[in-house]
Amino acid sequence: MTRESILNAVILALLVLVPAWAVLADEPFTITLATRAVILALAAVGLNIALGLGGLVSLGHAVFFGLGGYAMGILAYHVQAYEPMFEWPFLFEGSKSMPAIWLTAILVSALAALVLGLLSLRTSGVYFIMITLAFGQMFYFFSISWSAYGGEDGLSIYVRNGFPGLNTLDPIQFYGLCLAILVIALVLASRLRLSRFGLALNAARQSPKRAEAVGLQPFRLRLTAFVLSGAITGLAGALFADLNRFVSPAMFSWQMSGEIMILVILGGVGRLYGPVAGAIVYVLLEHVLGGLSEFWHIYLGLLLLAVVLFVRGGIVGALSGRRAAHG
Amino acid sequence: MSLVLIAEQVLNGLQFGIMLFLMAAGLTLIFGVMGLINLAHGSLYMVGAFCAAAVAGATGSFLLALVAALAGAALAGAIVEMVVIRRLYERDHLDQVLATFALILIFSEGTRWIFGSFPLYLDVPSYLSGPVTLPGGIAYPVYRLALIVAGLLVALGLYLLISRTRIGIQIRAGENDREMIAALGVDIGRLYTIVFALGAALAGLAGALVGAIQSVQVGMGEPVLILAFVVIVIGGIGSIRGALIGALLVGLTNTLGGIFLPELMKLFMEPSAATSIGASLASMAIYILMAAVLILRPTGLFGARA
Repeated sequence: MTRESILNAVILALLVLVPAWAVLADEPFTITLATRAVILALAAVGLNIALGLGGLVSLGHAVFFGLGGYAMGILAYHVQAYEPMFEWPFLFEGSKSMPAIWLTAILVSALAALVLGLLSLRTSGVYFIMITLAFGQMFYFFSISWSAYGGEDGLSIYVRNGFPGLNTLDPIQFYGLCLAILVIALVLASRLRLSRFGLALNAARQSPKRAEAVGLQPFRLRLTAFVLSGAITGLAGALFADLNRFVSPAMFSWQMSGEIMILVILGGVGRLYGPVAGAIVYVLLEHVLGGLSEFWHIYLGLLLLAVVLFVRGGIVGALSGRRAAHG
Repeated sequence: MSLVLIAEQVLNGLQFGIMLFLMAAGLTLIFGVMGLINLAHGSLYMVGAFCAAAVAGATGSFLLALVAALAGAALAGAIVEMVVIRRLYERDHLDQVLATFALILIFSEGTRWIFGSFPLYLDVPSYLSGPVTLPGGIAYPVYRLALIVAGLLVALGLYLLISRTRIGIQIRAGENDREMIAALGVDIGRLYTIVFALGAALAGLAGALVGAIQSVQVGMGEPVLILAFVVIVIGGIGSIRGALIGALLVGLTNTLGGIFLPELMKLFMEPSAATSIGASLASMAIYILMAAVLILRPTGLFGARA
């Protein structure tokens, strides 16, 4: 076992033990914090597929996060308001069921990733960063001006959506559900990087010309990675909205994109558990520094700057002692 | 819809576009010469606006306020370049994005710490307030007209600086081959600091000029920054001429789209739906423009390299 895999096991064990600790120490709020960290980690696991494996610096992943959020918001809103979503070709009243919402979130964000990917993957490097950022803003302004679903105020969903066989209003059960999804996503991501597709994508990231010379198609590989990445981040958006029981254009904002990217880089780009470590540390920092000072973003900024300038490879890189992010 | 209204909106679009140009010119220059993507450019815009508002509040002089905006933003830019940015030139874009994102957090919260969360106001000086009647009977605010003229003068000055002066030659040489000009004895570190400070000063000037129309507040820079990105993606990264054309296109599309798209929609549907759909479409118009340009020319209108 390498140090990195020991570290990964420790991180996972910590997440599994959070509810037990919260009950024993009588700190129920910890579970909400941990749920937040797990959901953000899921969003970042999504981005890490594009960023770490594909080398695609997307500053627009809030698009998918927000689409997932609004998929939940819109479906649940119609049930809540007793306004059918559409009556033709069949009566559809919306949905308060998590599996249906998740499926919608995944499909919608995958479709958006396909369209945005087709447009923005024509470019590379700094153009790609700016274009994804700009498309993110487009969705942000669209959600603000679309008054049918709350516009700038967003949508409040009063009761958390249901999952068959579980009481999702119980924080521990909802946390367990989110953690299970995160673990599934991590298994998927680890399988992906060792699969033929993952290896080809890695090759296309390192040297597009050589990849092309051996008969791979970098554009297709990147597009597939972008779609997968968007779908996972979209699912995280749906969960995030369910955690807060609220969606607003802020989920589409470019700060959100930046935040998801911070999680990945803080944890370690291209590391399997990088996003998870990044999300845990980020949520802890937010909680601790936010309690100390109203201006905690200054400290976050300074810390981030220090990580970028001096700790290359992020938290997982620093703790596992291996510099190379791509093994 | 009268001709006067259309002319007025075209002028508004021009004014907006020219201000975007001041932002985009600095960004594109910094990218062209140093290969750096600078998300904190919007913070320098904000720094300029706050310097101007503070000096105008203390002295009451608008000209002094503009000088303060230029000097303050250039100084902030030079310091940031020497302390942080300098370490990023050899890094990949991802590190640059993250480090400059961190700078935004520091600048924004720092400004909130010093000036508080309430917006400041910068008044238009008395000799530039009120409307002027243009040929054709259009009453238009003098200040906005002055912005267009000032922006065009700056654009001309920038053109002369880059095409006619020694420093301009060095900047152009730096864009082409930085190793070579370093070998020829140009102090490349100093050149980078100067270019960064110049870009910062332009952003600060834009912040101060626009600050007199809008309020001066924390976070004012980021929306403009993203529009400036759209501008240089359209114009082609590294090209000042592209930035000017792109800025005017974006300014006009944004302003005219907001007015005409709802009207256009009214031809097809009932007024209330037309207004809301038109407004949604208008907010997306510049991004659709960007997508269209990208499909036709992936490196922008005047861009040479990706």
